[in-house]
Amino acid sequence: MADLGVSLGVVVGYLLVALVIGVLAYRLTDRTAEDYYLASRSVGTVVLLFTTFATLLSAFTFFGGPNLAFSAGPEWILVMGLMDGILFALLWYAIGYKQWLVGRAHGYVTLGEMLGDRFDSTALRGLVAGVSLLWLFPYVMLQQIGAGQALVGLTDGAVPYWAGAALITVFMIAYVGLSGLRGVAWTDTLQGVFMLGVIWLAVAWIASAAGGISALTAGMTDAAPEFASLGGGLYSPQWMIAQAVVIAFGVAAFPQVNQRFFMADRVETLKRSFALWPVLVLLLFVPAFLLGSWAVGLGVQVPDGSNVLPILLNEYTPAWFAALVIAGALAAMMSSSDSMLLSGSSYFTRDLYRPLVAPDASDEREGWIGRVGVAVFASSTFLASLLVGGGGGLDVLVTLGDTAFGGYAQLTIPLILALYWGGTTEWGMIGGVASAEAAYLAHVFLPLPATYLTWDFALWCMLLSLVATVAVSTVTASAPAENAEKFGVGAD
Amino acid sequence: MNDYHRVMTRTRSDALWIAAFALLVAFAVPWFLWGDATVVAGLPLWLWWHVGWMALASVAFAAFARGGAWDRGVDAEVIRRG
Repeated sequence: MADLGVSLGVVVGYLLVALVIGVLAYRLTDRTAEDYYLASRSVGTVVLLFTTFATLLSAFTFFGGPNLAFSAGPEWILVMGLMDGILFALLWYAIGYKQWLVGRAHGYVTLGEMLGDRFDSTALRGLVAGVSLLWLFPYVMLQQIGAGQALVGLTDGAVPYWAGAALITVFMIAYVGLSGLRGVAWTDTLQGVFMLGVIWLAVAWIASAAGGISALTAGMTDAAPEFASLGGGLYSPQWMIAQAVVIAFGVAAFPQVNQRFFMADRVETLKRSFALWPVLVLLLFVPAFLLGSWAVGLGVQVPDGSNVLPILLNEYTPAWFAALVIAGALAAMMSSSDSMLLSGSSYFTRDLYRPLVAPDASDEREGWIGRVGVAVFASSTFLASLLVGGGGGLDVLVTLGDTAFGGYAQLTIPLILALYWGGTTEWGMIGGVASAEAAYLAHVFLPLPATYLTWDFALWCMLLSLVATVAVSTVTASAPAENAEKFGVGAD
Repeated sequence: MNDYHRVMTRTRSDALWIAAFALLVAFAVPWFLWGDATVVAGLPLWLWWHVGWMALASVAFAAFARGGAWDRGVDAEVIRRG
């Protein structure tokens, strides 16, 4: 692989830049929890857009996505467009703008806090936080595993897995612990711009080496004639729709994305981000996934367990550039993980520790507990990542991490009902979330059908969350202290 | 314009926005090109549709964000009044 010195230089240089940004952000941070978790609701358009975007990306953009486009064809681009360009943008408005208004009016920092206050229910608050952490922990662990393996690949094994993952973990604890959301958002912006830049450079490089875009597409259709035609193979309409809907709704309730709904400085920021969303999706995913599909026509051989993009780059671009793209992938994984760490810590301290353990904790104490929470969360996921794969009981975590989007999607419809329907009750919310999560977990772990009437089980579980929330809300009465006016909806 | 007309105009513009969003969702995947393998200017035709559709969505979202329906959809006034 790449010259070891060059590869390590690129990665270490990148980590140092991230750390410097963290320190700069730390100097602006005051000690309250709201500032630590939300940068005091002061985030502008560019930073909000990129921090949400970089947070969403994860390793999938550089590894999993191109691999899928390599093996099944480039149609995943359309799934991404429907999912992130259209559906998530609409949820950004319907859930995000409303949450921003409500959060600003009442000072909410987390989803569980908002719902718990509206329904006057510590049980609901704890349930939302507990369910969110159940899916978040393994997902962070998978990101650490990915980052560790990327470093192993980049250095040809000179840096062993445990050392690579440990290095990343320590860096994340350092800058997340120090600077909170402000540092995370700034590094995310750097990472987002960096990823966008390297992926287009990669396209330009490979297109000029292979004789242009037309030649690349012609090579692809010669080697795999079915790739140019829309649909076929893995891509059925039901599958494409299910993927787009489940992931878009899942993303809206993913803690690190949902919490970003509270952060904007003013309404113009949300409006601009909403309109720019489809453009950003276009700019990033089209080149990343096309590279994966074009690789078929270039005769690239991908051994089992390897990723197509690094192999393609090693064959067609200089070693330093391939190292730069791997560093981009590393950046993607870190920008997801650091935000998840921070949100996970806030869910734990605000929705479990504070209401259940120490109701009188001061704001400063909570900010301090939040920092400890980041370190404990990251160290635990790192330790778990060392232990999985050995066939022990922890392999459950890998399954949970792989199915996290569907798990979060079960929260989203009850959330929308709570935001827009005054008739929703505490027990309706608890019943809807608990029944849908239980049904979803049963399908993940038990030998139950993957589809009903050709539609993915996750969609049916979402339907259950809708029916159960409405049905239970209809037959139960609102508790006296429930306050629908807080969400701008009068109770029926 | 009296109140009745103002409300009717609003209701009509809100309904048009809902229809526009439904259309944007429904044709984000160009179902009418299913199985089509036409390549135009080096890329599959359906990919050009995607490029155009995302650009159109962005313009439509920007127009929605500028208009009055943006605040009406989420009862923003009610929340601000508290």
